[in-house]
Amino acid sequence: MDELLREFLTETSEHLDTVDVELVRFEQDPNNEKILSNIFRLVHTIKGTCGFLGLPRLESLAHAAETLMGRFRDGLPVTSNAVTLILATLDRIKEILAELERTAAEPEGEDVDLIGELERMASADETTLLAEAAAAPAPEPEPVEAEEPPLDVPPLARELKPGEVTLDDLERAFLEAPGPDEDFTAPAPMPAAIVAEPAPVAEAPKAQAPKVDPAKPEPAKAEAPKAEAPKAEAAKPAARAQAKDNPSQENAAAGGENVSKVQTIRVNVDTLEHLMTMVSELVLTRNQLLEIARRHEDNGFKVPLQRLSHVTAELQEGVMKTRMQPIGTAWQKLPRIIRDLSSELDKKIELVMQGADTELDRQVLEVIKDPLTHMIRNSADHGIEAPAERRAAGKPERGNIRLNAYHEGGTITIEISDDGKGLNFDAIRKKAVDRGLGTEAEIERMSEAQIAKFIFHPGFSTAKAVTAVSGRGVGMDVVKTNIELIGGTVEIKSEQGKGSTFTIKIPLTLAIVAALIVAARDQRYAIPQVAVLELVRVKKGSDHQVERINGTPVLRLRDRLLPIVPAAKVLGLDGADADAGDEGFVVVSQVGRQRFGILVDGVFHTEEIVVKPMSTKLRHIPLFSGNTILGDGAVVLIIDPNGVAKMVDSGKAEQSYGFEEPAETEATEEVETVTLLVFRGGGESLKAVPLSLVTRLEEIDATKIEWVGGRPLVQYRGKLMPLVPADPTIHIKSEGTQALVVFSDGDRTMGLAVDEIVDIVDDVLDIELATDRSDLVGSAVVRGRATEIVNVAHYLPLAHEDWTRGGPPRIANLSRTLLLVDDSPFFRDMLTPVLKAAGFKVIATGSTEEALQVLAADKRIDVIVTDIEMPGRDGFALVEAVRAQARLHDVPVIALSSGVTPEAIERARRLRISEFVAKFDRSGLVAALAETQPDVRTSLGEAA
Amino acid sequence: MIAANQNDTARDGRLSGDLEEFVTVMVADQMFGLPIDRVHDVFIASSLTTVPLSPPEIAGLLNLRGRVVTAVDLRRRLGLTDRPTAGDVMAVGLEHKGESYGLLVDSVGEVMKLSGETHEPSPVHMDPRWVKLSHGVHRLEGRLLIILDVDAVLAFDAEARAA
Repeated sequence: MDELLREFLTETSEHLDTVDVELVRFEQDPNNEKILSNIFRLVHTIKGTCGFLGLPRLESLAHAAETLMGRFRDGLPVTSNAVTLILATLDRIKEILAELERTAAEPEGEDVDLIGELERMASADETTLLAEAAAAPAPEPEPVEAEEPPLDVPPLARELKPGEVTLDDLERAFLEAPGPDEDFTAPAPMPAAIVAEPAPVAEAPKAQAPKVDPAKPEPAKAEAPKAEAPKAEAAKPAARAQAKDNPSQENAAAGGENVSKVQTIRVNVDTLEHLMTMVSELVLTRNQLLEIARRHEDNGFKVPLQRLSHVTAELQEGVMKTRMQPIGTAWQKLPRIIRDLSSELDKKIELVMQGADTELDRQVLEVIKDPLTHMIRNSADHGIEAPAERRAAGKPERGNIRLNAYHEGGTITIEISDDGKGLNFDAIRKKAVDRGLGTEAEIERMSEAQIAKFIFHPGFSTAKAVTAVSGRGVGMDVVKTNIELIGGTVEIKSEQGKGSTFTIKIPLTLAIVAALIVAARDQRYAIPQVAVLELVRVKKGSDHQVERINGTPVLRLRDRLLPIVPAAKVLGLDGADADAGDEGFVVVSQVGRQRFGILVDGVFHTEEIVVKPMSTKLRHIPLFSGNTILGDGAVVLIIDPNGVAKMVDSGKAEQSYGFEEPAETEATEEVETVTLLVFRGGGESLKAVPLSLVTRLEEIDATKIEWVGGRPLVQYRGKLMPLVPADPTIHIKSEGTQALVVFSDGDRTMGLAVDEIVDIVDDVLDIELATDRSDLVGSAVVRGRATEIVNVAHYLPLAHEDWTRGGPPRIANLSRTLLLVDDSPFFRDMLTPVLKAAGFKVIATGSTEEALQVLAADKRIDVIVTDIEMPGRDGFALVEAVRAQARLHDVPVIALSSGVTPEAIERARRLRISEFVAKFDRSGLVAALAETQPDVRTSLGEAA
Repeated sequence: MIAANQNDTARDGRLSGDLEEFVTVMVADQMFGLPIDRVHDVFIASSLTTVPLSPPEIAGLLNLRGRVVTAVDLRRRLGLTDRPTAGDVMAVGLEHKGESYGLLVDSVGEVMKLSGETHEPSPVHMDPRWVKLSHGVHRLEGRLLIILDVDAVLAFDAEARAA
């Protein structure tokens, strides 16, 4: 049963308890407002909770009772009839609660009888009430309710002593109340107490049928002990027996019978969990036995073992079933949430839920509960449009959110679809560019499916973003993380103007999964079977062979190219060189819409594995979702296809077709692309500068340019920014707009005046050096056109004379020698002035070999700054070589890299590389250098 | 020696009158002591599954009677060179924050009962890394016993992230 409902039951029975007692006190002391308001408050609370939980029957009952009590508060005389009626109502509520407790659903039926009576009494004024009392012995038509007889109570009472609080009534009320009281206050477990509740009510009819009211107290009293019988079953038959006396009760009684047929027993969840663990261990042991039996062909164990295997399988299934819960329990709150949101947002929304009885492991259920709620909320908030908007779009005013769950293979699929406005792809694109998730060009090229994925990007949907994107918002990254945590996936399909569909696929259970055991080099790994679509054997020269595009492996599979991830490579295993990895098996997997192949060296078999969580020390490695013990007792790691997919994805985002693996790739064929800002500024040819160096692009009104001492300045963000023409031939405009490329460093800013900003492109930089001009680094072919690459370092001092001399770290560093290793002359030229400015003596080299030569020449090197991605021996190789030399064992090393993976960081840490700095992060580099200085020893200690 | 110690403290009732028991282990010719109440068992660490991309301190995972144990190499943790690969490696089973760890050592010695009398704080000029991982030193006859702080030894996770 839902936790919420359980809480509600406990709480409500407590409240009812109090109300019972208080009501009686109130009857005696009708002028005590304190008591009244207390009762009023309690009933109100019950009403509110019922409404919240979607229990309309209880709610309306409580509401009617509340209304009547409201009238008391307004001065209506407190008649015994009224109190009796309210008590009868309370009894009815208790009965419904008991049913609720048993079946977790509000029983069918109506309470028009009681409600009508309550309403009538509430709406009547004093005189009519009193007058009517006599005329209303049987105001209701033939009722369908088991509870009909209690209704008879008030009329009977009224007939006898209209409008007065009689001793009999009081006594009866008194006697009726304590019965439940005892049950509730008893320390016995709550379920039993509630279940026992209906008894007094059910007994009541018997008493009333043959006798008039004054006699009633006695039977009620007599029945009370029965009511205390701990079992529902005990109370129920009694109720049934009486039902025979009154044909009108049969309906309800029949319902009761059905319920009691299903025998249930409440078991502590911990017990189940423990059972599950034990079964998991049993499965393991069975697997081990099977493994042993496999090795000894001819033994007598075979048959019993087979039986054991069967029994274990059945036991496993059985235990799994005990943990299953219908997904509907996670949906219970949703209609209410939608109802609230509808009124809050002034939208008309209908929630359709299908497949609520689809069962899944309670552990899984717990995990997806919040994400589901969140997504429904999002659909209502951002998906469904306002009624007017919908009308304008030719859609029905009432928006529709569908929730559908069904089994599919070993997974559960949950679809959340709305017929709202769909994702606003343009806004997401824009936002993605704003957030620097890719360049404009890259994002422009992405498919809608890829764009949609951005909404799962962490932080993509801050509060601000929601308004800007006007799409899906808050916390979708959390949704995705939660779902992926349990090995699930989320997909989005969205059509603008027509709505969006989120498809969540989650495994049935987390504890035991079928997994494919594969080998990468000499180690075995498990890949969850759910993620495996097919296996393809790849071999050189066969139909299926791994081909390479620019060093990145792909496989032609049914006329489509499948990106291949060599397992040995992503795992950073040794010997993962390009060629050896091309034979073996490709495990074709799909995560979301991303299909990819994991290249492994061998495939063994599938096995049911018990997933054990990763040690906290290893949980940061995204490639593994857990570990397990195989039949032969070996521990193997479970590869998380989501983690692998991320590598595929991030590779795509970088437009390099490969995987974000700068550290692990044999950089020979790796070509690095650089995002360049292309502009015109003097001369015929285009000029370009790495975009990452640029702070902003501006177009300013030329009239705002001021000339101070012959130098152009502009007020920019509250400061004066010097302008420097990109070329001496450029004349800074005096009217119209002036395009500026703004560079900044710390709080210094300069504007490079250019003629026109042309484009932002991504290209491989192959620079031919130009040595004669300091304003250019050289020239390169960008997008097929010769382009001059501007040396920003040349302009900076023109704007601020002290630029290159500034910076506090400089003074202390003066004597230190720095070895800069970078294969790209562009970066060497870019960084040398920066490093010099930071006060280092810089020796720049272009390769690992060259660097080692410099180091071997016994030069004193205080710090090494090296690029990681270099052709031939990469930066890691260099650092390895450096660390191998005793003399250089402690030299601080700072690594430059354009993309950093956890693996790279890990490797860096092993090599005691002090810091990873992005290639263009000048201030980061300077800061990192400053840190290497004060106490080399401690920083090394920390790093290692 | 142990007996003597015991008698001394029993008679004198010095300030740390309680005797503490330590399991001694050897790592690169240095003796270390682990509080006995933290040591679950001592076992041979065989068939280690190495974990790619893991922190260097983690030697791998192993199956100890159906439990997956994370093996932490004490040598690497102490910044020492790796042990020459030969034969079985001894491991001390520990528990830390509800997880099982095996601390790989060169060899496991005896259990010693020591009183606070011989205990001293770590020497100031000891390798700061070692200072962080230890709870001082016991002066024994002829040699020193460094008491390891089990929690600190197994807390490399946070430290690594900070670096």
